[in-house]
Amino acid sequence: MATAATVATVSAGQIQTHEHDVIVIGAGGAGLRAAIEASAAGASVGLICKSLLGKAHTVMAEGGMAAAMANVDDRDSWKVHFADTMRGGQYINNWRMAELHAQEAPARVRELEAWGAVFDRTKDGKILQRNFGGHRYPRLAHVGDRTGLEMIRTLQDHGIHRGITVYMEHTVTTLLKDGERVVGAFGYDRERGFARVFRSGAVVLATGGIGRAFKITSNSWEYTGDGHALAYHAGAELMDMEFVQFHPTGMVWPLSVKGILVTEGVRGEGGVLRNKDGKRFMFDDIPENYRNQTAKDPEEGWRYTQGDKSANRPPELLTRDHVARCINREVRAGRGSPHGGVFLDIAWIKEKLPNAREHIKKKLPSMYHQFMQLAGLDITVEPMEVGPTTHYVMGGVRVDGDSQMSTVPGLFAAGEVAAGLHGANRLGGNSLSDLVVFGKRAGEHAAKFAKERGAGTVRPDQIEAAARGLLEPFERGASAAGGGEGPYKVQYELQDMMQEKVGIVRNEADMQAALAGIEALKGRAAKVGVVGNREYNPGWHTAMDLPNLLTCSEAVTRCAIERKESRGGHFREDFEQKDPKFASFNNIVKKGPDGNMRLERRPIPEMRADLKQIIEENK
Amino acid sequence: MAKATFRIWRGDAKGGELRDYVTEAGEGMVVLDAVHAIQAEQANDMAVRWNCKAGKCGSCSAEINGMPKLMCMTRLSDLDLTQPVTIEPMRAFPSIRDLVTDVSWNFRVKKTITPFTPRPADAADGTWRVDQADVERPQEFRKCIECFLCQDVCHVIRDHGKNDEFIGPRFLVYTAALEMNPIDSADRVSDLKHKHGIGYCNITKCCTKVCPEHITITDNAIIPLKERVADRFYDPVKRLFRVFRGG
Repeated sequence: MATAATVATVSAGQIQTHEHDVIVIGAGGAGLRAAIEASAAGASVGLICKSLLGKAHTVMAEGGMAAAMANVDDRDSWKVHFADTMRGGQYINNWRMAELHAQEAPARVRELEAWGAVFDRTKDGKILQRNFGGHRYPRLAHVGDRTGLEMIRTLQDHGIHRGITVYMEHTVTTLLKDGERVVGAFGYDRERGFARVFRSGAVVLATGGIGRAFKITSNSWEYTGDGHALAYHAGAELMDMEFVQFHPTGMVWPLSVKGILVTEGVRGEGGVLRNKDGKRFMFDDIPENYRNQTAKDPEEGWRYTQGDKSANRPPELLTRDHVARCINREVRAGRGSPHGGVFLDIAWIKEKLPNAREHIKKKLPSMYHQFMQLAGLDITVEPMEVGPTTHYVMGGVRVDGDSQMSTVPGLFAAGEVAAGLHGANRLGGNSLSDLVVFGKRAGEHAAKFAKERGAGTVRPDQIEAAARGLLEPFERGASAAGGGEGPYKVQYELQDMMQEKVGIVRNEADMQAALAGIEALKGRAAKVGVVGNREYNPGWHTAMDLPNLLTCSEAVTRCAIERKESRGGHFREDFEQKDPKFASFNNIVKKGPDGNMRLERRPIPEMRADLKQIIEENK
Repeated sequence: MAKATFRIWRGDAKGGELRDYVTEAGEGMVVLDAVHAIQAEQANDMAVRWNCKAGKCGSCSAEINGMPKLMCMTRLSDLDLTQPVTIEPMRAFPSIRDLVTDVSWNFRVKKTITPFTPRPADAADGTWRVDQADVERPQEFRKCIECFLCQDVCHVIRDHGKNDEFIGPRFLVYTAALEMNPIDSADRVSDLKHKHGIGYCNITKCCTKVCPEHITITDNAIIPLKERVADRFYDPVKRLFRVFRGG
């Protein structure tokens, strides 16, 4: 109700200003690592997060962190990791990032251990590494199936002693600029609803992804594409937005937990996919470029999961895009499980291992727990029902591979919000390593930039405009009192539409319809109203997040329409094949001078000869 | 679908009340689903903290029918829906609004604990060699998702308000994870006795009972720490030794 009293509370909030050399937005793995690095470089750092510290989406990462340490298989090296990453990304990756990532990931893992992470061990006492989809050798450093929690807690517990100022439960709504340069951020604290200004020499975006644009997702509420949208509106380029990763195995039942992730580690430990007829369908469709690396029969696949170095991986461990599509095909062909998924069976390994039950509980404790508690199903006895779930966006802010600076001076991005490393499809395990490799680089370069350039000037009218934007939903009030409609309905409609029309299988007509739908929803989002006051008001928070989801949805849809082929996470039923014409560029979107989204094709820079050779050698 | 009544605490630091909301209770739903449905359809401004909805982040702690639980991991089918389901915020912490409490004390406490301090590396490349058996002890404690339900239920904090003298089960588990980390070299035993109030814990095991990660808080973390404190400060032989040494 937009009563006089409500409006009075609303406008009474004071705007506090905080000054730092570097502002980091987002406190998952990338944000924490960036903050630690910037602080180590002598910068005063403000770390802003939407949730409490330590709750960011990194905690959800299960399987592990890819790094060619060669602890388990000494044939591994950064070169093989590089080649695997490029192959997984279908060669449209930023090859410089793939190179740096493969080279630096081992040092970042060792550093986590030096900061207190407690990884699982090999028999000779080194950090243990496990198999994962698309990785040629066992490469994922891990802690059971809760590696992300280990990473975020380690970084958090290290970071709190580094003099970083943490602003928990704060949302940033606008980046502040001085000419071309980003010089701070404007937002509000969620607990009390007061507006805040953060002035800084540089800003690092580490806001994660956009999964909440889709209905079935493994992502938490925070994943509303804030960083993508902030960068876009500040004039930065977004790249590869058509590439959304649908993780092949999310829970499908019960309905209320649909989308929750089932780790790829289940398949890494020997879990197999079957359709309703009990057929192991993944053997039916093995892509050409992986044929040499895939097991010929179930027996070889099993040996691979048990560490036999002469065996090739089972087809369940092909890349996520491929496995997700195969599952989708089975379901569409009427061969799915009762609740619209397929069966993922780890219980079968009791045929192979005498102590299978204990083994599964030890290797996959949170999966055991998750199914027991949410579905009443014992995974050591029965198969799980799984289906694809929106998991990750490969696309994001276009950055320089070395410094992680975007096309806007002073604005950096690291982790999921940045594009490039993963190309058209991310390999499992490459995300956690991405966070720390490029989080560190972003922090280092942001601190350097801030030191060289100092603080900028923020015009008061920028702040006034941003502050007005905060209050508008309250001024409109609730529909019951003649105000705007509530924000949740608009959000749900967007999620339904994106899931149906720009999801795992796409076509021109659906996506054109989605584009029109997004326009209509933008109009409605601009008019939503909220009730209550500013203290911890989820309706208001949702209203503030909505425009970001819409910006990201539009970018995904426009890029997906433009790419008339199938590649990686992007699959079109009207262009089912990969087309070499589309291998030479990335799709870029940018805000045009008229305020509309502009799309262009940007040629991929020629790869260095030594890297080309590495790819050839590892074919 | 059957309807169920949820009696949810609405209010802030100044006070509040339990209010009834009726919503559908579908198959497989958890308490957080019901709260979200009510929030979306009947009370847009109802404050609730949550993130992962998969029991991994520890954000949605609340007291459901008086029991400290994660809302995302409590299935409606495990509750008696013929009676209203009461959902209240964690009562050991100050209220912010509705189901959201001020848990900032926990973050301040953590900073007072001596951080991880590695011993010299075992190998030339700066890495350590550790047995799997030796990492398993701290790994149990590192499962902690910091939901603070153990802090909420602990009577030393909840009933006696000893927050200035006692760090609570969460941070005893945190200390145990550090103390039992085979790579760590710092000593936190004196702090446990003098600064962190381990003596206040009288092993009622309520914390262990509510832990959603099933960490054996009392038996595996607190009691071994108490033993270390007893061994250091109450062993008569060592005591005598200290008198002579002047320690």
